[in-house]
Amino acid sequence: MDIKSSLHQIKEKFKGNKFAPAFNAFHTFLYTPNDVTKGGTHIKAADDLKRTMNMVILSLVPCLLFGIFNAGYQHYAAIDAANGVIREASLFGNFINWDNFILGAIKVIPLVVVSYAVGLIVEFIFAVIKGHEVEEGYLVTGMLVPLIVPVDLPLWMLAVAVIFGVVIGKEVFGGTGMNILNPALTIRAFLFFAYPTWMSGDKVWVHGAVERMGTPEAISGETILGSYAQNQEILYSLSDMLIGYIPGSVGETSKILIILGALFLIFTKIGSWRIMLSTILGALFMGLIFNQVIDFGLITETSKFYGLMSVPYWEHLLIGSILFGAVFMATDPVTAAQTLKGKWIYGFFIGFISIMIRVFNPAYPEGVFLAILLMNVFAPTIDHYVIEANVKNRLNRLKIKSS
Amino acid sequence: MGLLSKRDSKLILDPLSDNNPITIQVLGICSALAITAELEASVVMSIAVLFVMGVGNVVISLIRNIVPSRIKIIVQLIVIATLVIIVDLVLKAYAYELSKTLSVFVGLIITNCIIMGRFEAFALANGLWRSFLDGIGNAFGYAVILVIVGFFRELLGAGTLWGYPVFGDAIDKTGLYAWGYENNGFMLLSPMALIVVGIIIWIQRSKSTHLIED
Repeated sequence: MDIKSSLHQIKEKFKGNKFAPAFNAFHTFLYTPNDVTKGGTHIKAADDLKRTMNMVILSLVPCLLFGIFNAGYQHYAAIDAANGVIREASLFGNFINWDNFILGAIKVIPLVVVSYAVGLIVEFIFAVIKGHEVEEGYLVTGMLVPLIVPVDLPLWMLAVAVIFGVVIGKEVFGGTGMNILNPALTIRAFLFFAYPTWMSGDKVWVHGAVERMGTPEAISGETILGSYAQNQEILYSLSDMLIGYIPGSVGETSKILIILGALFLIFTKIGSWRIMLSTILGALFMGLIFNQVIDFGLITETSKFYGLMSVPYWEHLLIGSILFGAVFMATDPVTAAQTLKGKWIYGFFIGFISIMIRVFNPAYPEGVFLAILLMNVFAPTIDHYVIEANVKNRLNRLKIKSS
Repeated sequence: MGLLSKRDSKLILDPLSDNNPITIQVLGICSALAITAELEASVVMSIAVLFVMGVGNVVISLIRNIVPSRIKIIVQLIVIATLVIIVDLVLKAYAYELSKTLSVFVGLIITNCIIMGRFEAFALANGLWRSFLDGIGNAFGYAVILVIVGFFRELLGAGTLWGYPVFGDAIDKTGLYAWGYENNGFMLLSPMALIVVGIIIWIQRSKSTHLIED
């Protein structure tokens, strides 16, 4: 007897048992269940929730791998910089090597493990208490969370935040598919407000910068956004930003890999290209407005906003996490707007508000997660008015016809 | 309870559980947000509200038959305002340090919807003794929630209780802090007060399922 049928027998034997949902979750993760819907139904898609989630995870894996190497690379680069050596990044030279990988893996893999373990334990507990099957929603959230936190974040903080995010952000609303806010961003928001010293500033983005603070071996962990906000000179070239040899949250730095992930999501029709495109348009639009303000001389170099306002509008896409947010966060099918017109409005405002927060609020050098959470809340309202407008249009059409 | 009839003791006990002003009627949320960052402030606020509600309900009940209904809201406001000023002056006289931080919120007792709500819903229609019991019953119901929220917010947010460090010194890194523990700054922000109240409501409703409406 093979494993599949013996597992199935165990399932039949303990049907109705309290822990059946927990067992079934593993079972269906490994094997297709015996009773699946077959042909002739109204559903024309071949993918189920688990398949959808796996596709998103696949699109995130390159970002994770790059993040591992980058964690190591940034650490060693910062040490070099402290010793007066400015590194020239080269992909197969000083970027992809064992030193970077080992250091990065030691820092990043625990984040992934803690995120998944804690999140899934919470999901399992809720499934057992409420007596429903374990839902797949956390598969993607668990992957997103390690990618959007600083590399040096203490693991217990991550665990607390994951419990908060899954329980308050998702389970209280009824579990996967019922949540108002994106759970991964809820987790990040919790961390940001609860432990601000670990989530922002000029130290946390590079491994080792916090513990070396105040010692002779001190290194810098400043992000590009932070440098701009303080009107400092930027040490990174555009190709560095595009490929991702820059400090930042674990998985958000490589713009090329994010774009690849985006193409993959669009090709498999899992992510909405409308939201991605409109988010980028919104960001560009806000960036253009700020550039115009600078051009007309309304804000001069003495202003504290000058640094970020004078960033060319297209460069806003290459720094910070706006692309990552647009591709992997804003497109979350549960919390985004559902109507086609609504998606354009929703995305546009995410981009627009992200850049506005980025420039205007020096306490929050990055506003993408706040903007997406805000628009998550407004998404149902947008949908409501889009539908109302459509109803009104149709009524008008009816009147013209009948008169 | 031998002292009170069954009907009267219900007036005190109901607001503590099944008819709690904060968790069931969802009144007085504003002060639950504003002052619960510290346990001490929550307790003082509770006592102040206890005084205002107990005395206020009695006063309203006494004058309920002679106040024309056209001006009853104004009269109620005057009663509350008088009592609030008494509380404020007492605090200034005997707990000056505390009054400096609480003064704004004590003034805001006047806007606490629980008080006006009980005046309107109960004291205007009931006798003196029952109004008094209803007043302190609701004030206790309010106090219980305030103290619970204040306890958790101060403990997790600042690592202290009533101003005394519980987990050790955050700056010198002693006690729990030596292990890498850090205070949760989010607990001190008002959204967390709402979430804590929400969790209390959640627990209460899952314990007594007859409270769930649909």
